[in-house]
Amino acid sequence: MKLDLAPEYEAFRAEVSGTLAKNRHLAPTAEDKGYKNPKRIAWQKFLIEHGLTARTIPREYGGYGAEPDILKARIIAEEFARSRMPGPMAGQGISMLVPTLLELGTEAQKKAYIRPTIQGEMIWCQGYSEPGAGSDLAALRTSAVEDGDHYVINGSKIWTSTAKQADMIFCLVRTDPTAKKHEGITYITFPMSTPGIEVRPLVDMTGTANFNEVFFTNVRVPKSGVIFAPNKGWQVANATLTHERGMLGDPNATKARFLELVTLMKAETVNGQRLIDNPVLRDRLIKLQAEVYAMQANGLRITTSRLKGEPAGLAGLIVKLNGCDLNHEIARLAIDALGEFGILYEDGEHLRADGSWQWRYMYDLGLIIGGGTAQIQKNIIAERGLDMPREPKLAKA
Amino acid sequence: MEFALSEDQRLLQDSLKGVLAGAASLDQVRKIAVGDAAAISALDDALAEFGLASLLVPEDAGGLGLGLLDACLVQEALGYHIAPSRFLANALAATALTDFPDLLTLIAAGEAKFGLALTELVSRRDGAALTAEKGKLSGKSLLAISVDGATHLLAAESGGQLHAIEAVLDIVPMQTIDRTRTFHEVKLAGAKSLAAPKADERFLAIARLLVAADTLGAAQAMIDKAVAYAGERQQFGRVIGSFQAVKHMCAEMAAKLEPGRALIWHAAHALDIGDAEGPVMANLAKSYLAEAGTFIARTSTEVHGGMGFTDLVGLHYWYKRIGVNRQLFGSPEQARESAAGLQGLLA
Repeated sequence: MKLDLAPEYEAFRAEVSGTLAKNRHLAPTAEDKGYKNPKRIAWQKFLIEHGLTARTIPREYGGYGAEPDILKARIIAEEFARSRMPGPMAGQGISMLVPTLLELGTEAQKKAYIRPTIQGEMIWCQGYSEPGAGSDLAALRTSAVEDGDHYVINGSKIWTSTAKQADMIFCLVRTDPTAKKHEGITYITFPMSTPGIEVRPLVDMTGTANFNEVFFTNVRVPKSGVIFAPNKGWQVANATLTHERGMLGDPNATKARFLELVTLMKAETVNGQRLIDNPVLRDRLIKLQAEVYAMQANGLRITTSRLKGEPAGLAGLIVKLNGCDLNHEIARLAIDALGEFGILYEDGEHLRADGSWQWRYMYDLGLIIGGGTAQIQKNIIAERGLDMPREPKLAKA
Repeated sequence: MEFALSEDQRLLQDSLKGVLAGAASLDQVRKIAVGDAAAISALDDALAEFGLASLLVPEDAGGLGLGLLDACLVQEALGYHIAPSRFLANALAATALTDFPDLLTLIAAGEAKFGLALTELVSRRDGAALTAEKGKLSGKSLLAISVDGATHLLAAESGGQLHAIEAVLDIVPMQTIDRTRTFHEVKLAGAKSLAAPKADERFLAIARLLVAADTLGAAQAMIDKAVAYAGERQQFGRVIGSFQAVKHMCAEMAAKLEPGRALIWHAAHALDIGDAEGPVMANLAKSYLAEAGTFIARTSTEVHGGMGFTDLVGLHYWYKRIGVNRQLFGSPEQARESAAGLQGLLA
């Protein structure tokens, strides 16, 4: 057990924190809104040049070209959090498509897509879920029929975030309807400007459209957009789903929210008493703190496993389930602590924290369901973590 | 950076578990629970031979000089096997008596066997309290731990002053739900204080952390038993572990407990290296494991169905171990209040 870092890493931390502090003036602010905002793109390019994002992506594709180093990646994330400066761009193109291309894309695909994607100049959306294919993703039915050098796509996708802004989509389509359900799927990319694509915003319980529905009617796309090979889309998608699961439930993000809750409970008063001085609320707060600390320690354990190249086992499998639930509970306590003011939303003189606690209480419920529902996570924990038997398949009628 | 157990630590725990699998098998524990002297001394001897008493005693006083993380691993193994042991009492005595090498040497040699009369440090009821006058300790302490067979007691005045004294004869058993571990009412009439260290926040934090580690082990055993039972028991023509309703109960138990393990490691390490946050983490660990343990004790029993409720499978020994641990050295609410106080969050 050793939690301090080697001197080279402490030096690296000092360098990162120095770079961030010296260049605060370059960072975008709350006013620099929207995708492809010039200031945000300039900041992203600055971060890549200084090895603060896209760090391990080869230089020939526009990255920084460093060797993978889990500790350095962790230090960078910690320093962004500590400095409270805007971090690198995320999004599904950067976090899911780029790793997939690096692993399975052709040279031409890597050359064409990686650089503009990581620089924030090419926005992607993900076409996976369908109205009839949620937890059972492999049941997807959007069809792609060969027509010379093209496929003709018909069907629809749902839960497609950034579909309105996206230049491109990476999409799972059924190319062989006669094959077994996992074996007839192809992973394909194409422009969202292709004729026949309609995007309809999907308004959710937060009152905003964080997601969309996407409809395809005779959409002709070139076969060159296929990643890896036709009918191998399930393997390709599984490579990226691992990346998505890793993103949800990050304990450092949870800790930041917890600290905001502490600040709120120290600042707000009811009947002249600080919320933190109410023993019932304080007890609930510390109960959550124990969970936040436990998930942070769990995160240290996972990092160590990765450093050793060992599987993280149960410690890794529980992160999405626990982390998303904990975020939701933190928002719930904030609302309870605010009491009647906890119901205020969107706008108004008495609104606290821009209504973000109510927004999170709703949006975080979406994340408990999305990215693999809590129930699917429990199946995974039981079957892969505890070696419990799978549900027997229904006999075919 | 390495947040993991060392090879030595894994070996320590594995070899102790090997000893306990024999001397603290369920059959043996059943005998201990009804006061079978042969079973009690067989376990005591096995653990003494293993050298548990000297674990936390510094090397220059004849001990092994190991750290709190090692002590937590030992306590976890004891909890896993529901083994009654004086380890907790000796470990806390060694922690409190760092400035008293003579007593430490006796502990390491197995000549001083400590019991604990510390309840009133946290909660005073029914007029129980110990007070010292001119180096003599008098009064009553309830729910004292590991007192029978002890040569010495670590006892607390309600104000927080600790005293090491020689063991007293005036003890009355107090029956709890847990028949494997003994609790007593202790009466003192002018017992001579041999050493008087102060119980600081670190001492109470360590006591709570060790109990949390005990619950970690007991709860892990309950999960293992539930998973094994669900893999064997058949209903409706299939093993019940293939039903999602049962599988999800097991997944929920594992998801609750696993971060608790990391939290205990982190708290123990923080206390070992003198990190200022150590006592906070230890109190958080007591709260976390108390809550997770209670959930697992109930859920594992439910996975076992009606059998879990019977004496036949013996699951109730773990259920009761966890139930007692939840209250020892303070309830989870008291641990959280301490954590709040240590962080300056109390008005």
